[in-house]
Amino acid sequence: MTAQTDIQTKRFEQEQKLPVVAPATDVYESEKEIVLFVDVPGVSPDQIEVSLENRTLTISARRETQDPAEHKAVHREFGSAEYRRTFTLTKDVDRNAITARIKNGVLRLALPKAEAAQPRRIAVHAEG
Amino acid sequence: MVYPMAKLDWTLDPFSGIQQLQREMDRLFSGYTPAVEQFPALNLWISQDEAVLAAEVPGVDPKDVEVSVVGNVVTVAGERKADASAPAAEQHRCERECGAFSRSARLPYEVEAEKVQARYEHGVLRITLPRKENTKPRRIAITEE
Repeated sequence: MTAQTDIQTKRFEQEQKLPVVAPATDVYESEKEIVLFVDVPGVSPDQIEVSLENRTLTISARRETQDPAEHKAVHREFGSAEYRRTFTLTKDVDRNAITARIKNGVLRLALPKAEAAQPRRIAVHAEG
Repeated sequence: MVYPMAKLDWTLDPFSGIQQLQREMDRLFSGYTPAVEQFPALNLWISQDEAVLAAEVPGVDPKDVEVSVVGNVVTVAGERKADASAPAAEQHRCERECGAFSRSARLPYEVEAEKVQARYEHGVLRITLPRKENTKPRRIAITEE
């Protein structure tokens, strides 16, 4: 085994060890868009990944916490973790118009519905 | 050491029990670690000279958080407001509770209230609480006769 693959294997093992947490999420749907709010405290914007494959939306983020040096941990309710959550969308979305922004540890994801998936009002004309 | 405060009027919501059961089931079948039940989640570290308290407060504006110290008890309280940018639309999933919160932690010593520092980053609050000078152990020199 080369040194490179050795490092990769080690990294993989380390990643595997992180507990996987499903972040709390709110989902809204209006006629025009689907909006998600995902709690990802402790995650910087560059450590979050959102992907959409067909209709499967995956949100994953890596969160690393650092203990203060020379302190003893006496109580612990959170720590380094891998946030991961997958949703299946029931409507097609406009891929090019998806926006994601993060503020105060909350990811806001807006997925505008594709034109074809938006409800259309059909005018009914009275005859005669 | 760390005691919880009541969650928001959960007794008034007939579905909260069902939601909790669903979360428990999800956890059982997915192998996911449980989502935090008490808000905010706390971590506490202690050393001889200071205590460090970290609180997860995602979606809470730092202006809406209040950190207070009385003797050796530190309290993180505030309000998590509903998302202002949420569309007026049908809600399919509601897992992020909002409302007032408060949690306290008892430390093994009193702290210098004026020197307490709190930093907020990416939805996590980190509070450094230096120990009160007169509570620090004093080494007494032993003189030999």
